[in-house]
Amino acid sequence: MAQPRVLVLRSPGTNCDAETAYAFEMAGARASHLHINELRERPELLDGFEVVCFPGGFSYGDDLSAGQILALQVKSRLFDRLSQFPEQDKLILGICNGFQVLVKTGLIFSADDQGFPATLTWNTNGRYTDRWVRLVPGNSECVFLKDVEQMYLPIAHGEGRFVARNEATLAELNSEGQFALRYFSNGTSDNPNGSALDIAGLCDPSGRIFGLMPHPERHIHPTQHPRWTREGLSERPDGRAIFENAVAFFA
Amino acid sequence: MAQQALAAAIELGLLTDNAKAQIVSRRGFLLEGPLSADQVRQLSAQLLAEPVVHQFEFGQVGDSRFTNVDAAAITLYVLPKAGVTDPEAESATMAIREMGFAIEQARTFRKFTLVDVDSATSQKIANRVLCNESIEEIVWGPLHLEQLAFGAKYNFRETRIPLLNASDETLQQISREGQLSLTLVEMQTIQRHFQTLGRDPSDIELETIAQTWSEHCSHKTLAGMVTYDDGSQRREFKNLLKETIFAATQNIRRELGANDWCVSVFKDNAGIVKFTDEYNVTFKVETHNRPSAIEPYGGANTGLGGVIRDTMGTGLGAKPVCSTDVFCFASHDRDFDSLPPGVLHPLRIIKGVVAGVRDYGNRMGIPTVNGAVCFDDRYLGNPMVFCGNVGLIPHKLSFKHAQPNDLIVVIGGRTGRDGIHGATFSSVELTEKSEKVSSGAVQIGNAIVEKMVLDVMLAARDRGLYNAVTDCGAGGFSSAVGEMGEEIGAEVWLERAPLKYAGLSHTEIWISEAQERMVFAVPEKHWAEFESLCRSESVEATAIGRFVPTHQLTLKYNDQVVGELSMEFLHGGRPPVKRSATYRVNPPKPFDASRIAPERFGEILHKILAAPNVASKHWIIRQYDHEVLAGSVIKPLVGVNNDGPSDAAVVRPLLDSERGISLSCGMNPLFGDLDPYHMAASSIDEAIRNSVAVGADPQRIGILDNFCWGFTDRPETLGSLVRAAIACQETAEVFQTPFISGKDSLNNEFSYTDGNGTRQTISIPCTLLISAIGQVPEVSRAVTMDLKKANNLLFAVGVTGAHLGGSHATLVLDQHGMGQVPTVNAPRAKSIFAALHRAINDGLVRSCHDLSEGGLSACVAEMAFAGGLGATIDASLLPVEANESLTAFARLFSESNSRFLCEVEPQNRDKFLELFPANTAAKIGSVTESSQVKITDGAATLINESLAALKLSWQKTFDWK
Repeated sequence: MAQPRVLVLRSPGTNCDAETAYAFEMAGARASHLHINELRERPELLDGFEVVCFPGGFSYGDDLSAGQILALQVKSRLFDRLSQFPEQDKLILGICNGFQVLVKTGLIFSADDQGFPATLTWNTNGRYTDRWVRLVPGNSECVFLKDVEQMYLPIAHGEGRFVARNEATLAELNSEGQFALRYFSNGTSDNPNGSALDIAGLCDPSGRIFGLMPHPERHIHPTQHPRWTREGLSERPDGRAIFENAVAFFA
Repeated sequence: MAQQALAAAIELGLLTDNAKAQIVSRRGFLLEGPLSADQVRQLSAQLLAEPVVHQFEFGQVGDSRFTNVDAAAITLYVLPKAGVTDPEAESATMAIREMGFAIEQARTFRKFTLVDVDSATSQKIANRVLCNESIEEIVWGPLHLEQLAFGAKYNFRETRIPLLNASDETLQQISREGQLSLTLVEMQTIQRHFQTLGRDPSDIELETIAQTWSEHCSHKTLAGMVTYDDGSQRREFKNLLKETIFAATQNIRRELGANDWCVSVFKDNAGIVKFTDEYNVTFKVETHNRPSAIEPYGGANTGLGGVIRDTMGTGLGAKPVCSTDVFCFASHDRDFDSLPPGVLHPLRIIKGVVAGVRDYGNRMGIPTVNGAVCFDDRYLGNPMVFCGNVGLIPHKLSFKHAQPNDLIVVIGGRTGRDGIHGATFSSVELTEKSEKVSSGAVQIGNAIVEKMVLDVMLAARDRGLYNAVTDCGAGGFSSAVGEMGEEIGAEVWLERAPLKYAGLSHTEIWISEAQERMVFAVPEKHWAEFESLCRSESVEATAIGRFVPTHQLTLKYNDQVVGELSMEFLHGGRPPVKRSATYRVNPPKPFDASRIAPERFGEILHKILAAPNVASKHWIIRQYDHEVLAGSVIKPLVGVNNDGPSDAAVVRPLLDSERGISLSCGMNPLFGDLDPYHMAASSIDEAIRNSVAVGADPQRIGILDNFCWGFTDRPETLGSLVRAAIACQETAEVFQTPFISGKDSLNNEFSYTDGNGTRQTISIPCTLLISAIGQVPEVSRAVTMDLKKANNLLFAVGVTGAHLGGSHATLVLDQHGMGQVPTVNAPRAKSIFAALHRAINDGLVRSCHDLSEGGLSACVAEMAFAGGLGATIDASLLPVEANESLTAFARLFSESNSRFLCEVEPQNRDKFLELFPANTAAKIGSVTESSQVKITDGAATLINESLAALKLSWQKTFDWK
């Protein structure tokens, strides 16, 4: 298959859907939008897509906690189909709010009788924060980060701090190769929110479901870089790699 | 939350830093319904709390675990008042039902336990930090509640107001007691109108007239008759706005002829100008001052939400693309005990306002890209909150026309008692009692509801499902339907409006200012499709009436006519306001700079950089999402460490186009203290030059005015406003920069009785915000203000005069009011702006920053620390006004208008210089590898300060954690 079909899911409060679809199209995919209400009525529509993307925003106002209500809706009607994506050689991407949704649906790691072993919660500064961060991939098989050495992307979130129940949880996620992306550069942490182990993004053990707090769709055009007037116009802004890798997976 | 509450209590001086006091905070939900303990446990663990980071407990209200309160501690609960929007409770209800549990209602609360705090201090902390009684209630000790539901069935009752034979005194009493804010002359006009009809008006009719004629909705003072006398000239205005601000735009459009790029100005909810071959852009800036004084979070929240709805209600519905927010506050470090009664502490206002803008803009996903904050203690009782929004709309959808027999359709939020009398409230003076009596006028927004409305509106627009749209703002349905049906007539079925709770009277439904509602004119044939589109995205749509060709406004409740007004009287019947205005020019008081030793210049520069108006606003900016929608080109903070102050924002609103818009502003109340004319001219110059500095084309800049003034019934207060309006016209016409929209807010005064029993009034300074929207032909040519490379040359552009009046240098020296206020030489400024734009477009400018507060010295310092490079400047080389000999102090700190500092590569020196008119540009220095900013006057060193120290001064004022 040359041109994967990408579903950019919308819900009340989704607000990065247009630029995310644009980023996928720029990378060569065919992107379309569906509203969660429609998808819940007709879950079989998922069969028509190779990639599902949960874009950024404030789904349901992030009431209760970020991504919580949309995650509940996904869990109750769509979980079975989505959890089969990796074995069907299909991909799922969650960006910012979409990452929070993936974590809280259990598509990245499962809950046990005490609930989820880890989550994304309030930044240590207690505030929504918009700034740029330097990132490096961890030791995962993440499809979206293939051949990526480093990235410079913006974050814009209040609840992006990765917290695990205990050391054992961290060790297990690490041994499963799930630490996909870290706030880190040249030997120093660039952690904006207090995340454990500088975690910025996680994938499932197969590397085909990936969620990250930074916004790759906000760095696909050279003038989006905060210092382009100093450093010049980049020919391949860093965020593009994520979308191009998704498309290349189906080549 | 607890740490923040404790920190706030310490900040406000309610607790001392080293006290043992503790505040423990918990959030909670009250759930009403047939739920078992196991079900509540499951809900708590899986939905309401996250066990990884939260502990939780649950039980029935009255459970002994909640009622046996620790005797050593004080426990209180804070709940939203009944009827106040509680979005999280609504979401919880929906989610619990989604999980398959029966629940009737939910409500959120916060529980605080204060340890080692005495009871008097607890009261203060509760009232001033933990709770805002205009929207929340406090329950001390254990919580006892019988039920959550409230609201009772409304028993219809028609009220007639006995007006026909009322005396003047009674007329005034009716207006006052009904919070109608109508003057005696207006009441008499209404009386005469109903005398000709031979009947008394119903309350809903009188309310409708009061809303439509309010200062907020009709701008009666600025659009009224004014006699102006300033000693040298006497002018009679039939309509002040039309003859100054509008006239400037009309004259400019006439001169532009075929090149006119204005599309719709001063007509729709926002001004519209041409952008690309396919799209226009819209721009509107609103004020939301009075609600923000009483409930800063809700006021700012709904301020931004409201102006976004202005964009959505422009033409057939524009798509919001970015926002700007400007605030005026009193000093944040004020002693609590010095506050007049009824005033919230400025720090609480600042934090609440910033959070309100942040939460609305971020949630809607509209980047907040530009702003300013101005501090002055005269804003103590009346903080100013200006919210602006830019929209994008296809050319062919830029106009709307409701048609006879179209349905009147409301979508979005439900109607409640929120904001009753907001329009008339925003036209009266605040007093210490406002906090108590006006709480109905305070609203809380729900950004997600507005985002849902936006999503379906754009889909319906592109399918052509409606003929007109407008927002429900001040005055609610009464204004929205009244305006849309002005040329046709309308019949409204009030009982059909969806309500948040039972019990609203038909009049309350009609004037409620509940948020997140838009009104559409939908042809009958499209109604089914329109309704089903809305339903598919969970947006409620209801037909509440019909535009009928009667030229009458007919209001019905369950088929009974409760109000009948002619559109002609409603919109044309208001008697013109007649006011007199006087102004006396004060000759400038000389400021003698020669006594200030050059050894102090460095210290003065540090003080200017630390002054609250100049100091870094990163604490605010970083809380705003300024990059969502992926159009960001020039961010609010720029430079080698992304932390220098941008002159203006540049945004690329179309993902596949390289054309950009710039947003900038100009405002300087300090200049207004010396002369409002020169303040207005300077603000226009500043707004334009900020946009030009980043690469906007000066021939394509549109501006907006927001006049915020004191009590304009006083001739001298109105006189200062008229003088500013005259300056606006004269300056704009020379620049050929049209005003495209505007809004005013008058009577910004706060009255209270001081400790000695004397009545005191604080009036705000003359506050004119000029907001500019510019166009950047190709964004990759835009320029930022940070120095780029050592050995590049630095050019002063523009001419410096002895303009120290109102300057920050005099402010930090406690000499405010002394000296000549900056004036604008508009013809010269225009040619400088054109030349600079050419230089930027030709790629000759590596960095550019405008000279404003703090003059040359602050400008160089900011460019240097933003770029992480040193600079050496010889101030004796500055181009100065002919025949003026300037002191070194004036060269460094004068705030003359129309000036920039530009960084140019050495090989482009001649190409750059030859673009400028004679004596308006000169090389005055260069960029260095050093870490020093060095300014000399010939051989004498005036300033030699390290980048690190300068940056620290600039950042530390608001480096809040």
